[in-house]
Amino acid sequence: MSKILEGLKYAESHEWVKVEGNIAVIGVTDYAQKEMGDITYVDMPDVDDEVSAGEEFGALESVKASSDLFSPVSGTVVEVNSELEDAPEKVNEDAFANWIIKVELSDAGELDALMDAAAYKEFIGE
Amino acid sequence: MKAMLERIGVQKLEDLYSDVPSEFLKKGAYALPDALSEQEIRDLFASLEAMNSRLKVFVGQGAYDHYTPAVIPYLTQRSEFITAYTPYQCEISQGTLRYIFEYQSMICALTGMDVSNASMYDGPTAAAEAMMMCTACAKKKNRVLLSRTLLPHVLKVVETYAKFHGVEIGYIDAVEGESSLESLKAELAKDNVAGAILPSLNRFGIIENLEGFADAIHAAKAVMVQYCDPSALAVVKTPAEWGADIAVGDGQPLGLPLSYGGPYVGFMAVKKDYMRKMPGRIVGQTSDKEGRRAFVLTLQAREQHIKREKATSNICSNQSLMALWATIYLSLMGPQGLKEVNSISSDGAHYLYARLLETGKFDEVFPGKPFLKEFVLKPKEFPGLMQKRLEEAGFFAALDTEEGYVSFCVTEKRTKEEIDALVKVIKES
Repeated sequence: MSKILEGLKYAESHEWVKVEGNIAVIGVTDYAQKEMGDITYVDMPDVDDEVSAGEEFGALESVKASSDLFSPVSGTVVEVNSELEDAPEKVNEDAFANWIIKVELSDAGELDALMDAAAYKEFIGE
Repeated sequence: MKAMLERIGVQKLEDLYSDVPSEFLKKGAYALPDALSEQEIRDLFASLEAMNSRLKVFVGQGAYDHYTPAVIPYLTQRSEFITAYTPYQCEISQGTLRYIFEYQSMICALTGMDVSNASMYDGPTAAAEAMMMCTACAKKKNRVLLSRTLLPHVLKVVETYAKFHGVEIGYIDAVEGESSLESLKAELAKDNVAGAILPSLNRFGIIENLEGFADAIHAAKAVMVQYCDPSALAVVKTPAEWGADIAVGDGQPLGLPLSYGGPYVGFMAVKKDYMRKMPGRIVGQTSDKEGRRAFVLTLQAREQHIKREKATSNICSNQSLMALWATIYLSLMGPQGLKEVNSISSDGAHYLYARLLETGKFDEVFPGKPFLKEFVLKPKEFPGLMQKRLEEAGFFAALDTEEGYVSFCVTEKRTKEEIDALVKVIKES
């Protein structure tokens, strides 16, 4: 059973969003990290990069696969989780505690298009 | 053949092609000659070989007549090496993986870089791959600068790849035979530059002074690539010392025979930060479950069979046998031997330069510029004539360049007698 946190927003591409004021904290779900297997590298954007809702901003790499990360929202990257550079396995250890990027929202209205916890639970069919 | 067909229950060979629509089948016989006996084959090839002219090589321009120690072809022709396939199954490929690891380590030692891949096809395509790495690293920028002092065929190959990859090429001017820092800065100011490719020894044979280039390129958040002669790296400043992020070049000068243009081998080595964007195979060291040292193909998530269209490149091969050739060469020569190769080549080149000037038939083009084993001069007569005359006298020399110069190169294989004989032909013409 994959862990799902209440109060967060979810994208169909398995990213979660925690809204803190005008900042969107973004990571991948427990379901996603399980599907990936042991993550060996997190490919992250640079601070000040622009991201767009639905577009790829990075990737998760395991030994045999590479999975793109899609931004659930549009805006500017204000912080990336540098701890993941040397310890990508943190995402496997706790996908919700280890966020990947923080984005300053350009359009808070986009959050309405995302799923809530219950809808995501149904979406992954568990 | 009959027995094989019978075994699988087929009447005639043509039946194996029954699935091919008849309109696509070739009708009629192939224009293949009859088989020859061993003796006849030997005679045929002897007559073909006699058509070759054996010239003393006094030209470089990307392929250098350095000496190939006899033990190298002997070892590389061992069946374990020459018939081995790609080392995808590491359990049965430790030999191959081990020599590639040694090769990678030596390339890092020569270039001063942190990581090398398992080799590329040749120098020019390695430069093209470096160009693609620049745009892969700087995602929103698609302009790459090339110095006009790079070898002509390197420029052409990179330009071809750029055209089909949507990369815009800009040029750094050649001023007094070297890449111009002013020109580089002017191009960088135009923005959108993902990277720049500069030479180590350039097309005129000059050892370029790249002081200030790395700083300017990095200030513009672009990647610096240096194209090098790996043999010369034993005695000139390395790409790492110049501040380059990526080093590429052709491994031919490392004892690979000229062979009319190939097979050669390309190399690519990068600073640690660029490791994950590097194309090609990489061999890594690890330990097996019993703790014994072992080798594997590693960081495969970069490659195109996983990243697909997002990979930096579609290359999924290397030039293993020629990389092995270069590795054996480097093991035999060692740092001291490589220094001697360069020292003897340089002495010969400088001796030839002085003697050619003495003939009064040339003007200097870049006086005072440091060169190693290769140089250009301006002939007082029409360049093409000189090369032809020398060819008739048994020398491959005075290759004309686009600028109307003639190019010469001297390696450790050229004796003083040969050099004097060459000068004599020019003097007496």
